[in-house]
Amino acid sequence: MNLLSGQALCFSCDAQPILDGVDITLAGGEMLGLIGPNGAGKSTLLRLLAGAITADKGMLTLEGRPISTFTPRERARRIAYLPQMSEIAWPMSVERLVALGRIPHLEAWQHPGPYDTEIIERIITETDLLPYRDRPFNTLSGGEQARAVLARAMVSEPDILLADEPVSALDPAHQLDVMTLLSKHCEAGHSVIVVLHDLNLAAHFCKRLKLLYRGRTLAEGDANQVLTPQNLEKAYAIEMNLSVGPSPAPFRLPWRRLNN
Amino acid sequence: MITAMTQHRLLFTLGGLIVLTALLSLLIGSQAIPLMDALHESFVGEAGIYGLILTELRIPRTLVALLAGATLGLCGAVMQSLLRNPLASPGLVGSASGAALGAVITLYFGLATLFTYALPLGGIIGALLATLTVYLLAGRDAGTLTLILAGVAVNAFTLALVSLLLNLAPSPYAVQEIALWMLGSLANISRNELWILLPGTLAGWMMIGRQGRSLDLLTFGEETASSMGAELPRLRRRLFLAVALAVGSAISVTGAIGFIGLVVPHLLRPLVGYQPSRLLVPSAMGGGLLLLLADIGVRLLPAQGEIKVGVVTALIGAPFFLWLIIQDKRSGL
Repeated sequence: MNLLSGQALCFSCDAQPILDGVDITLAGGEMLGLIGPNGAGKSTLLRLLAGAITADKGMLTLEGRPISTFTPRERARRIAYLPQMSEIAWPMSVERLVALGRIPHLEAWQHPGPYDTEIIERIITETDLLPYRDRPFNTLSGGEQARAVLARAMVSEPDILLADEPVSALDPAHQLDVMTLLSKHCEAGHSVIVVLHDLNLAAHFCKRLKLLYRGRTLAEGDANQVLTPQNLEKAYAIEMNLSVGPSPAPFRLPWRRLNN
Repeated sequence: MITAMTQHRLLFTLGGLIVLTALLSLLIGSQAIPLMDALHESFVGEAGIYGLILTELRIPRTLVALLAGATLGLCGAVMQSLLRNPLASPGLVGSASGAALGAVITLYFGLATLFTYALPLGGIIGALLATLTVYLLAGRDAGTLTLILAGVAVNAFTLALVSLLLNLAPSPYAVQEIALWMLGSLANISRNELWILLPGTLAGWMMIGRQGRSLDLLTFGEETASSMGAELPRLRRRLFLAVALAVGSAISVTGAIGFIGLVVPHLLRPLVGYQPSRLLVPSAMGGGLLLLLADIGVRLLPAQGEIKVGVVTALIGAPFFLWLIIQDKRSGL
């Protein structure tokens, strides 16, 4: 049985369809890469799966149970959502901000226990935030901020982590770190849906890719099935330079914009 | 930036200051009273003038200052966290101006002279109605900005109605009565006012009590907060009602008292590491302390009659707030 499953999901904004009947499945331990051009509906799909917005039509189930039968807190313990842009209201320290990610597991007056502290400590280390733990969030660089909000999403130990472009602000080394971190999360039996713009990173880390285009699924499968010249031409209107040189995996370089 | 204190030390410090200030408040007034004699008269011996002053005037006045100030500080912290905006004040959702309008209506139509509770009741009803209007105007799923705009609009309209009533007031005496009430004062507080203040205040505080964690979640923005388990429409309804009840009760008894709800949370926020849930209790304590200090201040000021405490909080609060903003700008936050 699929961990998460959505059928014919639709969402419109001002009568403008953004998602137009998207099916999605996610198995336990799987990392699904969500790709597609700007405005394809990737972020909307993720917000919908996270419960930040509600679908106009369609059916969404978590472990076979309709998502609406979960309380918001139950859902929050299972599914964590990392938005593309994080607007943090107050200049809180990194450590405190990350610790707030444990709230779905705490009762109203309950203080974080030793187990909570241990996880917070581990995630702060894994996201390479130890030197910045006492720094106010707003004084961090863009990449450090991106890792801090990722850490916030990860400390809730979600079964499903929905990450919207978690690496777009990161340098190459930290991009690899974060993708490795997400892979490890999957190896531990959890699942990840990650929105990526870097097709090579997507092909490298995600066994399965889903290409969205104009609110619908254009292609789904492994990198070789999805990242075909035809699909990329249709979705992005670009020509790709596919190289199968001495490197262990083929890589794709956006080469030329097609005018049509 | 001020260095971070632990939460406990902050609470103990504020608590200690409150106890000291409250004792001071019992001693200071137009009539000097020997505290021991007064206590003896109040609780052990026969009733005398000192005992009466203490139990009928000084204790109620001190408690009302603490409770009303605490409500303003607490509700300021709640509104700032809920709207993710450090400039939000407890009156933003219409509670303060609504309370003023309700109270002024009872003064205008002479209801206040008919029975004791008319004025505060009018104030509480006004606060609830104004807040309800803001809520309905903004709509069920309103975002922060819509709520702020609806609040500004309702406040402007409510205060225009207050001006209209002042304009149409039948006699100069009524104008003076309304104007003086609007300045905000704790001078004529007796036990009655304390009983009027208590129910709405306690109900409001209790409704706020368990919502700290949801306010913490709002740090991340509304969508992320929802994804982390916050139920925002319910949270908003609850907190609006709580603020309307508590602030409405406070303003109805004391008149308009500005800047405490704005300044106190702002001042304490760095000391609690900017975390909304940790700001609530210290803001309540700080608000109570500040209003009580201001009230002691007006009792000590040599003036004909007494300067209204609402005037003092605004006179000190506004420049102080400006100073805070300049400090914040310097530290780059």
